[in-house]
Amino acid sequence: MTTTDGLNTVNVKKRDFLKWILSGGLVAFVGSVLYPVLAYLKPPSQSEVEVSSVKVGKLTDIPKDSGQIVKFGSKPVILIRTVAGDLRAFSATCTHLDCTVQYRKDFGAIWCACHNGKYDLMGHNISGPPPRPLNEYRVVVQGEEVFVSKNT
Amino acid sequence: MKTYFKTFYHWIDERVQLEDLVQFLGKKYVPIHRHSIWYYFGGVSLFLFIIQVVTGILLLLYYKSGEELAFESIQFIMSKVQFGWLIRSIHSWTANLFILTAMIHMFSVYFEKSYRKPREITWLTGMLMFFLALGFGFSGYLLPWNELAFFATKVGTDIAGVVPVFGKPIMVFLRGGQEVTGATLSRFFGFHVAVLPGIFTVLLGIHLVLIQRQGMSEPLAREEALAGREKTMPFFPNFLLRDLLLWLIVLNLLAILAVFFPWELGKKADAFASAPAGIKPEWYFLFMFQTLKYIPGKLWILDGEIFGILLFSAGGLLWTLVPFWDRKSNRGEQNKVITYVGLFVIFYIIVLTILGWTA
Ligand code: FES
Repeated sequence: MTTTDGLNTVNVKKRDFLKWILSGGLVAFVGSVLYPVLAYLKPPSQSEVEVSSVKVGKLTDIPKDSGQIVKFGSKPVILIRTVAGDLRAFSATCTHLDCTVQYRKDFGAIWCACHNGKYDLMGHNISGPPPRPLNEYRVVVQGEEVFVSKNT
Repeated sequence: MKTYFKTFYHWIDERVQLEDLVQFLGKKYVPIHRHSIWYYFGGVSLFLFIIQVVTGILLLLYYKSGEELAFESIQFIMSKVQFGWLIRSIHSWTANLFILTAMIHMFSVYFEKSYRKPREITWLTGMLMFFLALGFGFSGYLLPWNELAFFATKVGTDIAGVVPVFGKPIMVFLRGGQEVTGATLSRFFGFHVAVLPGIFTVLLGIHLVLIQRQGMSEPLAREEALAGREKTMPFFPNFLLRDLLLWLIVLNLLAILAVFFPWELGKKADAFASAPAGIKPEWYFLFMFQTLKYIPGKLWILDGEIFGILLFSAGGLLWTLVPFWDRKSNRGEQNKVITYVGLFVIFYIIVLTILGWTA
């Protein structure tokens, strides 16, 4: 009796051990196959050229009561000249779902066509779904030239 | 001629036992009742899918993916390639009709409670195919790389991005980067012509085999009333011929649509242009899009979109799993609640789609 019992426990232990080895091996195998595939799917982060300031053009070319999109590196920035002639710049990327906003003369506001979101001319979200104000950029006028730069 | 055919048939039959198949088809019957018309929509969807495969392959011969090539290559297809405009127009129209007929098919199955035991797997594969069809629509929409598609993709993928924890990685995976760029286009192209068709075909195979195996479902009430003495028609050739006739009609309808309402190409996408006024997603996303417009930016502690997404995901999940919680229909009893839920869903979709359309 004792001998068979002893044998059984040994056998069970052996079986458990084998089970662990096998399932562990299986997991390791699946992992080593899947890992490269999953890693491959993740797009590599590309180093972007850091832009800190861009030249927009001559002040005289920017009419009052207008807005335009400026390329700021890979990001769109909206440059607005108010009726009074003030220059302001904001990120043109809607804080709602990433659309590009535009200046609407008829509302005197910044408008996003995607879900009818509105921002006032200070970039504050005033109606519609946008949850946050637009990031502000700095506008510098040097002589005749207008520059937009990061707000630091 | 006939003898040649016979010899050929025999040659095949000797090797693969065609006789069994012929026997099987001969014994297959389709029930006839006042809801019989709904049986045709699955078949029509299948036909439209086949058209998509054929026209898709044709488009593939000229289409070029890439920020600088995609739009131009479609322009080329539409203006230079003989009948290119027709093929592209048919592909776009069929995509839309396919979603429509698949929806009708789905709702008819839902209202007949045909998903009940033993056809749960058929329903599940059908629902998965429906979601894949939406994926086909979404990814295919971007391929011409026009303005509308560009912003639709931005919004669509950004919505994925607002989901906590998983959202951002999924968004980056879909976009192939942080922004919607040429990398996104390449990915969507890959999804559209390889990944989705592959999975879809497998699901379709299971779906069709199950239908052949289990036969057509019948309405609940009828099952009880007519046990044993029902009116049927043979699948072969009666039902099949009707099916084919309908397919012919659908093909004609498609030709008319494609010729008289050719699909627009629009303006090329420009990452530095504002989203154009009147921007809308495809009609089958419109009700969700419209809902997003009504949900305020902040709702209690949640961002509006998160709330919307959670709502739609939960709804979609419940809908997909209906065979598992509708116990009553599984027992063969009438379940009015299911019918009301379905009616509400249809009502909601129609009203919000109209609102979105006219907005
Ligand atoms: S993306 Fe601008 S309002 Fe939705």
